[in-house]
Amino acid sequence: MTDGGNDLPEPVARAPGETALPSLAGLRIPEPQARPGAAPDFSGLVLPHAGAARRPAVDDHPGLFRELAYDLIRVLDEEGTAVGPWTPALDAATLTGALTHMLMTRAYDNRMYRAQRAGKTSFYLKSTGEEAVSVGAALALETADMCFPTYRQQGLLISRGYPLVDMMCQIYSNARDPLKGRQMPVMYSSREHGFFSISGNLGTQFSQAVGWAMACAYKRENHIAAAWIGDGATAEGDFHYALTMAAVYHAPVILNIVNNQWAISSFQGIAGGLETTFAARGIGVGLPALRVDGNDLLAVYAATAWAAERARRNLGGTLIEMVTYRREGHSTSDDPSRYRPVDEPDVWPLGDPIERLKRHLVRLGVWDDARHAAAVATAEVYVKQASGQAESFGTLGSDQRPSVSSMFDDVYAEMPWHLRKQRQDLGI
Amino acid sequence: MTTMNMVKALNSALDVMMERDPNVLTFGEDVGYFGGVFRVTEGLQARYGRERCFDTPIAEGGIVAAAIGMGAHGLRPVVEIQFADYIYPAFDQIVSEAARLRYRSAGQFNAPITIRSPYGGGIFGGQVHSQSPEGLFTHVAGLKTVVPSNPYDAKGLLISAIEDDDPVIFLEPKRLYNGPFDGHHDRAVRAWAGRAEAEVPDGYYRVPLGKAAIVRAGEAVTVLAYGTMVHVAMAAAEEAQIDAEIIDLRTLIPLDIETIEASVRRTGRCVIVHEATRTSGFGAELIALVQEHCFYHLEAPIERVTGWDTPYPHAFEWEYFPGPARVIQALRRVMGDAT
Repeated sequence: MTDGGNDLPEPVARAPGETALPSLAGLRIPEPQARPGAAPDFSGLVLPHAGAARRPAVDDHPGLFRELAYDLIRVLDEEGTAVGPWTPALDAATLTGALTHMLMTRAYDNRMYRAQRAGKTSFYLKSTGEEAVSVGAALALETADMCFPTYRQQGLLISRGYPLVDMMCQIYSNARDPLKGRQMPVMYSSREHGFFSISGNLGTQFSQAVGWAMACAYKRENHIAAAWIGDGATAEGDFHYALTMAAVYHAPVILNIVNNQWAISSFQGIAGGLETTFAARGIGVGLPALRVDGNDLLAVYAATAWAAERARRNLGGTLIEMVTYRREGHSTSDDPSRYRPVDEPDVWPLGDPIERLKRHLVRLGVWDDARHAAAVATAEVYVKQASGQAESFGTLGSDQRPSVSSMFDDVYAEMPWHLRKQRQDLGI
Repeated sequence: MTTMNMVKALNSALDVMMERDPNVLTFGEDVGYFGGVFRVTEGLQARYGRERCFDTPIAEGGIVAAAIGMGAHGLRPVVEIQFADYIYPAFDQIVSEAARLRYRSAGQFNAPITIRSPYGGGIFGGQVHSQSPEGLFTHVAGLKTVVPSNPYDAKGLLISAIEDDDPVIFLEPKRLYNGPFDGHHDRAVRAWAGRAEAEVPDGYYRVPLGKAAIVRAGEAVTVLAYGTMVHVAMAAAEEAQIDAEIIDLRTLIPLDIETIEASVRRTGRCVIVHEATRTSGFGAELIALVQEHCFYHLEAPIERVTGWDTPYPHAFEWEYFPGPARVIQALRRVMGDAT
């Protein structure tokens, strides 16, 4: 010490590389409970009883019901009875309609998956096991409410009556493809059906939905926007932009996280699902946050309707985690048996959304096995007929496709000279 | 007519458009009450209300994403990215979303948004307040990129950008906000007042996108420039006493190739000047286009004067910034024995 004012301890002389204590450092890399070959294990998923979660008033301050971000809103119990305060007032015809849309979605997925395997298109992506997430939401929203879906919400289009043939023509990039062969299969767009053009980039549209909702409010409309994102993509910045801006501006938007447990081969823990729930992300920004049994169509409907009413009353946005399970691979491009037990879908504790709604309808006395079998058969026939019609307009790689010259259209509102020249260079 | 600097002219463009079209709104960091760090949105919140001019969280990706959603739903948002150096968090939204929305939806949706951003060097802003990223945007199909060089053009081009149905990247040379700058950093700062380009109509007018301006007619060599470099090129031509024809591109995409081609075919020589880094810069595209369109009229290799391929260095502003001396050297090289 030179001036006596700074009594710093003398450095301890150590040999190079020597440290005072053994290091405690090291990274935790999350791993799922079970990988291929092991027994699937969902013991970590806490399942509250159906009907147990309370239903706050839509104008309650979000701080008053934070526990709903950690709970699980369920309406259908094990026997298929609707119980508790979230039970929606839906008549039997509406419920059988929803079941039909789920069956149609499943039949459509199966058919298009096989079409890809048969070489009729490049890619397909199923929503099997997650049908209630889309169909339940569509039931609670109005067609004028713009949906910003991921690529696994085909149930929205089917519920809203978008023609299956048009969907298939998009998958085949054929002469009748509404998107003129410009997008990968399943990246649909239908403004008329309140279905925003799917980008294919993850997360980017979550924050755009907030902008659309802000425009709804700016224009004094009663319409709202809804968005979906996967558990994996909640780690993207766009997710956090969306939450912050929705909260700051009270945008009339419903922000859905579809927690289907898997992002291709990464389990939800890689996105932070072991630390807290995905719904809990909303608490930090002050958004109402609900965690919902996504395989329970009544719960999906009830939560969405609650959030929609809140939005329409200009009370702001809501974050909803839909807990579900991706029964199939991410897409036709991956093999789930390489990263998770093959029997994992069979032991998923929240079951199958179609079977659960069916049980409810049977219990109500408006449905039975025979009617169900007939509905399944009808959906399959309907899809098959649509498929035949779509294939008559061409499949990927056939001669029937949009005109090549249209490749240069719609890059700009008016084609600039350099694109005109490039089109000439191509000889068309 | 009012004498305006570029800040006032841009403010006037926003004012005119917000007055004319209730679907026009503007937002960004510090844009609302305060009026923006460069004052471009000053007074707009007071005049049009908070819903039409407001502050945003520091989230450039969220700002642009919200604009895309609004634009798809019929509004014409004008967003400010506080410095072009901060635009990268929004890059995905601009490149993957705004630029492709019309195309991928076969015209069902589009993003008629304007992204304004102060850009360029000359203010000792160092690495994060001096960049010229225009080349990153001109490379993307579906975007338009605009760079004004004076108050009159700034207002007319911004009005055109706001009315345009495509996404427009509108880069404002911040060194020109308060006065022209010819690169002579050691001389007194000049103001816009007293210059013809600073006489700006108070009302609505457009300067069309895609139309360059010949700011100095000449016969010896064509200089292609935009933004601050227009003024540097003018100073260089005067000081070297070379009869240069100087073209202010004003819009990079769509590019006014006709004006460029007609000029270079006449002069037979071409120098390209930009502040941005050289490799893969917009100058490379211009060189390619000039040789494609004018090869048999060229009498000398095309030259380009650019920023160096380094990050923008704080202490070496004037070694980095392509000033008149470097432009004069290039002009003399392309003139060769002809001078």
